Amino acid sequence: MNIVVLMKQVPDLVEELEVDAGGTLLDRAWLRFITSEYDDHALEQALLLKEQHGGTVRVLALDMGEADEMLFTALAKGADSAVKLSGDFATGIDSHSAAGIYRHALEGASFDLILTGVQAIDDLDGPAGAMLATHLGLPYIGVVSGIDVDTANGEAHVRKEYPGGLLAEFTVDLPAVIGIQAAMQPPRYVPISRIRQTMKTASIDETAAQGERIAGAISVERMYKPERAGSATMLEGSADSIAERLLDILTEHGIGR
Amino acid sequence: MHANILVIAEHLKGRLSGIVFEMLGKAHALATETGGGVEVLLMGHGVRALAEELGLASRVLLCDHPALAAYTPQACLDVAEQVIARRAPDLVLIASSSMGLDIAAPLSVRLGVPHVSSCRDLRITAGRAIVTSQMYGGKMLVESHLDLRGAIVSVLPGAFPEDAGRIAREAVIEALPVEGLDAPHMRFTRLIEQSGTDIDITQTPVLIAVGRGIQNRENIAMVEELAAIAQGAVCASRPVVDQGWLPMTRQIGRSGMIVKPKLYMALGISGAPEHVEGMKDAELIVAVNTDAQAPIFGIAHYGVVADIADVVPALTEALRNAHAPA
Amino acid sequence: MDLTAAPFLGIPEYALLWALSAVCIGLFALRIAFFVRILRLAKPESRLHHIGKRLRMVMTDVLVQPRFFDRTSAVHAIVWPVHLVIFWGFVCYAVTFGWSLVKGLVPGLPIPWPEEIPIVATLVDLFGGIVLVALAIAAFRRYALRPRGVKRTVDAGIILVLIALVMLTSLAGAAAGIAGRGEATPEAWLPFAGMLAGLFTPSGAPALQHAFWWSHMGIVLGFLAYLPYSKHFHLLASPFGVFLGQTDAIGKMRADDSAEVEGRFDLRDFTWRELLTPLACAECGRCDRACPSYNSGEALSPQDLVHGLKEHVLAAGPLLLRANGGAAALRPAMNGAFPPDAVWACATCASCMEHCPVRNEHLPLITRARRRLVSHGAVDAHLRDTLTAFARYGNSFGQSERARAKWTQGLPFRLKDARKEPVDVLWFVGDYASYDVRVQNITRAVATLFDRAGLDVGILYDAERNAGNDARRIGEEGMFEMLAEKNVAALSHCTYNRIVTTDPHSYNTLRNEYPDYGLSAPVVHHTELLLDLVRGGALRVSPLSIRATYHDPCYLGRYNGVYDAPRALLRAVGVELAEMPRNRRDGYCCGAGGGRIWMEDRPGSGERPAESRVREAVALGDVTVLVSACPKDIVMFQDALKTTGNEGALAVRDVAELVLQAAAAFAPAAQEV
Repeated sequence: MNIVVLMKQVPDLVEELEVDAGGTLLDRAWLRFITSEYDDHALEQALLLKEQHGGTVRVLALDMGEADEMLFTALAKGADSAVKLSGDFATGIDSHSAAGIYRHALEGASFDLILTGVQAIDDLDGPAGAMLATHLGLPYIGVVSGIDVDTANGEAHVRKEYPGGLLAEFTVDLPAVIGIQAAMQPPRYVPISRIRQTMKTASIDETAAQGERIAGAISVERMYKPERAGSATMLEGSADSIAERLLDILTEHGIGR
Repeated sequence: MHANILVIAEHLKGRLSGIVFEMLGKAHALATETGGGVEVLLMGHGVRALAEELGLASRVLLCDHPALAAYTPQACLDVAEQVIARRAPDLVLIASSSMGLDIAAPLSVRLGVPHVSSCRDLRITAGRAIVTSQMYGGKMLVESHLDLRGAIVSVLPGAFPEDAGRIAREAVIEALPVEGLDAPHMRFTRLIEQSGTDIDITQTPVLIAVGRGIQNRENIAMVEELAAIAQGAVCASRPVVDQGWLPMTRQIGRSGMIVKPKLYMALGISGAPEHVEGMKDAELIVAVNTDAQAPIFGIAHYGVVADIADVVPALTEALRNAHAPA
Repeated sequence: MDLTAAPFLGIPEYALLWALSAVCIGLFALRIAFFVRILRLAKPESRLHHIGKRLRMVMTDVLVQPRFFDRTSAVHAIVWPVHLVIFWGFVCYAVTFGWSLVKGLVPGLPIPWPEEIPIVATLVDLFGGIVLVALAIAAFRRYALRPRGVKRTVDAGIILVLIALVMLTSLAGAAAGIAGRGEATPEAWLPFAGMLAGLFTPSGAPALQHAFWWSHMGIVLGFLAYLPYSKHFHLLASPFGVFLGQTDAIGKMRADDSAEVEGRFDLRDFTWRELLTPLACAECGRCDRACPSYNSGEALSPQDLVHGLKEHVLAAGPLLLRANGGAAALRPAMNGAFPPDAVWACATCASCMEHCPVRNEHLPLITRARRRLVSHGAVDAHLRDTLTAFARYGNSFGQSERARAKWTQGLPFRLKDARKEPVDVLWFVGDYASYDVRVQNITRAVATLFDRAGLDVGILYDAERNAGNDARRIGEEGMFEMLAEKNVAALSHCTYNRIVTTDPHSYNTLRNEYPDYGLSAPVVHHTELLLDLVRGGALRVSPLSIRATYHDPCYLGRYNGVYDAPRALLRAVGVELAEMPRNRRDGYCCGAGGGRIWMEDRPGSGERPAESRVREAVALGDVTVLVSACPKDIVMFQDALKTTGNEGALAVRDVAELVLQAAAAFAPAAQEV
């Protein structure tokens, strides 16, 4: 099982997001990056499959945010190689362009499976993984939270989540691209010492990102914080007075007897 | 200019999803405004009855094929591509759902048209579509402008009223031939239902929901106490279920349950779109969160900026006193 | 009289004694050699500094054994005199045995038998009798009263019977001697043997005396052979254990010395002193009874953990020795010796170590096991999230470091930024004090007090990180190092004379562990500093009239011996203190330490430590406030007040809140304007 994992850095929502002076982008000054949660799950799923079936895990990322830290962490967790695709991504990149870059990077490569997060919080034009599948002519299924690989038949059984707690199971011929919603186990913890060790001993392959940027397909005119919609009436005061007020509201609505 | 809009329908277990009517209602309004028409693409096998429900559309394009009996991303993608290429609509609407997420972006690549996801609002002005999308977990809104040349928009469930699309009118149905589904690389095998003996939270009128803000498992006991007094049940957003603190049968949202209770009390839930999708239709939404900027306050009817560890015991106590015989 | 001169079945008895001694002493020596070889396989550790302190520890803990005195209950308190008598009786009998043995092995040696010296005979008689009484009490306690944590193993029974037989054969021999001679050894007072003398007829007495002597020697030699194979090996190992005990502050943990992150966990991952721990263990159960997790029904029993290591030493040791320490394939893994749920249940309160009579060190074993689990990523979800938050944001709350000083908003005065201007006192605030909304009021109270006292104080604002005390005790050594390095780097850019902290956990690591990372400034706890300010008159107070009880935070009390400052401060502001039964070194942990606050309780476990503590305070009856000096305590006790339904009965306060109350009573907000 040779698995490619596409990972990316997204703004960390722990920090207050601000819009820059241009009005269409996030203010980079306060921005801090974190690995997209779903991509972390994709890596975990890849590592679980590697543990089960052997093979290699290769991680690909664009040089954005704390890409080095993310890639070294992936190596420390058990990925076999990490590739950083460098380029000018200072103001981010749209998923269409990203998919084009991944396509170039993976052309001629041999792999059985590409795993990536089903989406990211900044995918305005959709998930890159799904688009990459189209570029490579491979099947794609997203919102997946379970994969079993049948190496003998060269296929995978994946479970896709539907609303209402339903799961749909599909059989997919390999190679394929899968958009991971959740790994079958929560992403593993890797101790700091191992990450530091990895930074000393392992290396990240760096290559220039190739592929045309598909600019202008969508023109972002404005980015703004949602007003705290007029709908919510905010209750203030001590916990007890809030509780009394809530009790009245519930009673008004005939809730709680 | 006339805007001809194509809506791609989705259905599960013999029922059209609510989002289909949301999109249909909105598309109809926009088409009417601009003098265009609305077509709905319905893919499936033996689903003519569903087509009948889509009377508001100018035309329902019915693609009936055994290979479409169950939703399969690859087959739907192929069929949708053929249909769109043939009908050349100005705008395509797809649900930003588990199914829509698989096909919207690939369609845009195959057809060479732009795609905007997570649409929460949509207008057409001066021949361009103006799409407002919810990004960064609902913390930012992004307005993008698209030429009406086949652009694809993925619509978040809850963006538009569903009722506007549910107009009882006789549907105009046109069956389209389906080709090229012979050698699929992907086969649907089965549907797995969460079996269990747990209560059915979709049938519970009072839901107390907990999110990341709950901090630790012990606090769930406190919330369960409140739920017991309020004669409701505890449910949760995904992170809480992922921690293993509540079973999957209690998960609300895109990959969990869709609920419409009388009361939905969101405790420590920020209100990411994936979650909101599952509870937006609750009759009364009360949100408690320490972050005054949390998007949940955007859809709640009442909001409290506070620590749930303070509010929950106080409310439990208040309810208990209210119930106690005077 | 030569007891071994006559032949038995044609062989001289002294020859038989030689043979028996050779076998028993040989068995004894073999076992000792085995243990020594095991310890030699282990990692090195220096335990020969502080010789004076070590000798003092031996003088007290071996010769007087004050740690046996357990004042929490009579069932346990009785053990101190009982054990002390048995111990000294044993010493006495060991000397006379050795003496008799030499005399028996070398017939005609021109020295008297020990019993021929009146004072020795009297001592032997007295000890024999008193030890028998002590044994009876010990047996009654163990088998009839059955106190918790005291195991009724076969081993324990054998030992009791053997000691009794040693005493009885000696007394009976002396009694037969009296019967044979018709009187005691001239001038010797033998009250116990005298009582038994009537049992024997003068005619049969000499033969019986001879038989009893042989029985005595045989049993003691047998005991000697059996000893190192039983739990009574503690008798030999524990004096060494005490001498080689920890002389540094217990709050200073050793750095991670594991040679490799991967690989298996085996005996050679331990230091020789750590492997001595199970050998010195007497299985007395004090650690269990002192352990908050054990008492709450968590999976941890410190005693079982130590015992598990011993079983592993016995099972895996021979294999290791046979493989000559090499051959990785032969290295037996730790298997079940350290079950993860037990290892994670520890709150690192150090009560087990504080109460161990033989100064065993449990925490280093737990840390070692935790480090191993962490290195394999085997941490549960909540802990994983906490560690990830430490790594990303430098706090356990997963909030931005930019929000760290948010609690200062709304203070009517400006708190200096120590990064930008020199200060006298640098206040290391700590995570809970900074981020937890339930604790921020206390933090503001401390700030207000400092301001009122005119203290030249500043904080690090965004540059402060969690001090890493708990990360280190979780076993995430790399995280501790990273946090320590960041804090020390931030501090190195500041000008200050001393550090004050509101958090005992931070206090511990800043004071004991940060010096290794380059911190040299003195570190005080806020109660110590406030006491100085009140005593020095900088902070004027009007006495309150409150009756309260004070809870010793583990990392302040047991770890760093700060028992008096908080109490003195409370008295200085007019608080009348009532002590809970478990106070000072017996202080009972709230259950939050060592990362426990971020872990799940075992499903179905019993009363939580904080609940037990709150009930203990309520049971005092006449106190209205439970005072602590640790943010984590505040959080734990406030929860426990709710879960035990004691919200009306007791208030939980930090010492600083009461001091502020007293200061405000003196001058209501006078200086805030």
